[in-house]
Amino acid sequence: MITAGCDVGSLTTKAVILNNTRLLGHAILRSSINPEKSAYEVMEQALKAARLSFDDVGFCVGTGYGRERIGFVKKTVSEISCHAKGAHFIQPSIRTIIDIGGQDCKAIRLSANGEIVKFITNDKCASGTGRFLEVMAKLLGLGLEELGSISKQATRPINLASTCTVWAQAEVIMHINDGMPSADLAAGINEAMAARVAILARSVGIEKDVCMTGGVAKNAGVLEAMEKQLGVPMRRLRVDPQMMGALGAAVFAREKMGGK
Amino acid sequence: MFVAGCDIGSLSAKAVIMKDDCIVASSVIFARPEPGESARAVMDGALEKAGLSMEDISCCVGTGYGRNAVPFAQAVESEIACHGKAAQWLKPQVRMVIDIGGQDAKAIRIDETGKVVRYAYNDRCASGTGRFLEVMAASMGIDLDDMGDISFQAKNPVALSNQCVVFAETEIISLIHAGRDLPDIVGGLHKALSHRVASLARSIELAGEITMTGGVAKNQGMFSALQEALGVELIRMDEDPQIIGAIGAALVARQTAAGKR
Repeated sequence: MITAGCDVGSLTTKAVILNNTRLLGHAILRSSINPEKSAYEVMEQALKAARLSFDDVGFCVGTGYGRERIGFVKKTVSEISCHAKGAHFIQPSIRTIIDIGGQDCKAIRLSANGEIVKFITNDKCASGTGRFLEVMAKLLGLGLEELGSISKQATRPINLASTCTVWAQAEVIMHINDGMPSADLAAGINEAMAARVAILARSVGIEKDVCMTGGVAKNAGVLEAMEKQLGVPMRRLRVDPQMMGALGAAVFAREKMGGK
Repeated sequence: MFVAGCDIGSLSAKAVIMKDDCIVASSVIFARPEPGESARAVMDGALEKAGLSMEDISCCVGTGYGRNAVPFAQAVESEIACHGKAAQWLKPQVRMVIDIGGQDAKAIRIDETGKVVRYAYNDRCASGTGRFLEVMAASMGIDLDDMGDISFQAKNPVALSNQCVVFAETEIISLIHAGRDLPDIVGGLHKALSHRVASLARSIELAGEITMTGGVAKNQGMFSALQEALGVELIRMDEDPQIIGAIGAALVARQTAAGKR
């Protein structure tokens, strides 16, 4: 039984191909201004990785911000449900999911059987979303990945007093002018990010195991800062955390076809 | 007897010199990196206009974000108290002051003596402060000072779906790409900022006659957008709305010098 999930996010588009419970292929692309086209392209890539074609897919579920604009899906499901489904599928012990996307952040609490108990979203304020890190990385002239890796070398992370991305940007510029090393800047930025997300996460109530999903989960600096902030370890998942939404969508597709 | 008020803000520094019930001179400059330096420069500007020197000033009071760095101030007072005091002195019927600065916004309710009764303050989020228009002007490549005039040409001001400065900036870029008229976008930005500030003001309940102060009040587009958002006519200050805080500080200095404080 071949199923697929396609997650059209604000910054990236992802696809996952499943054969029952086995992951056959996945792909990720930067979202273009045409969500329909991005979705089609990423599916083709994922199918190629799985050595399959569109005709082999029994059912495909769409999710993410652009889900209503994917032509080939038979059903759409919210990102929150998909992240919950994906995380529970890959790691049933997960009770709290912290999903940081390019333009939003969500905290989701699950029951033992993977049902959503409570969730909270921030998509109003750029602070605490991937956008915050993107703005800062640009300011420092670093790639998003570097921002995560370079913070390991920090000796004295800067302290950012402002929550607002605009004000924090001014603070970082001040520190740059003071000649602070990039590693200390990056570490302070990751910590500020984690502090903001931790507030959202605490408001749904943290229960172990906790995991992070979404692109920002690949930033080791933020991941470790989150562990420090919340005082709990972050469970590392067996699949790319950025794929969780698409994986959940593929699992939904499998259930649609009668798979247990 | 001459007294002075010196208001060191985040973006600009203001000084006012008073004699009795008259404003003798005032000066406004862009803030320097060091607040003490801003204070000296702006005060020198006002003294020069008045044909006075520092020795002629009996008392000087500092206010604003950099008030503790004014080297020649005998005392300091909060901006909130200064705006309230000056607004009442200039327009006795005023009971509420809405002050939009470059990095904050305040709503202040005062009694008939100019004393602050209640206030609300935003300096946490750039949206709802002067910075909002500043960022948007820069990303559209237009002069901040032209924004107000452009807003008056709007036919169908856009309704922004984002409040956050960072997200709204992306939104207006896509509006430009979508071919929306510049005046409609600028008009929409004024509307968005005024709604944000109006909700700050409503959080302490609107009361009596209302005036608008601070640098952003010089933008006529904002003045009329705020009137619309609040649904009331605002009282216009006869003095430059940007120097109201400094006037308030000078009034405090006058009291201090007279020993009435």
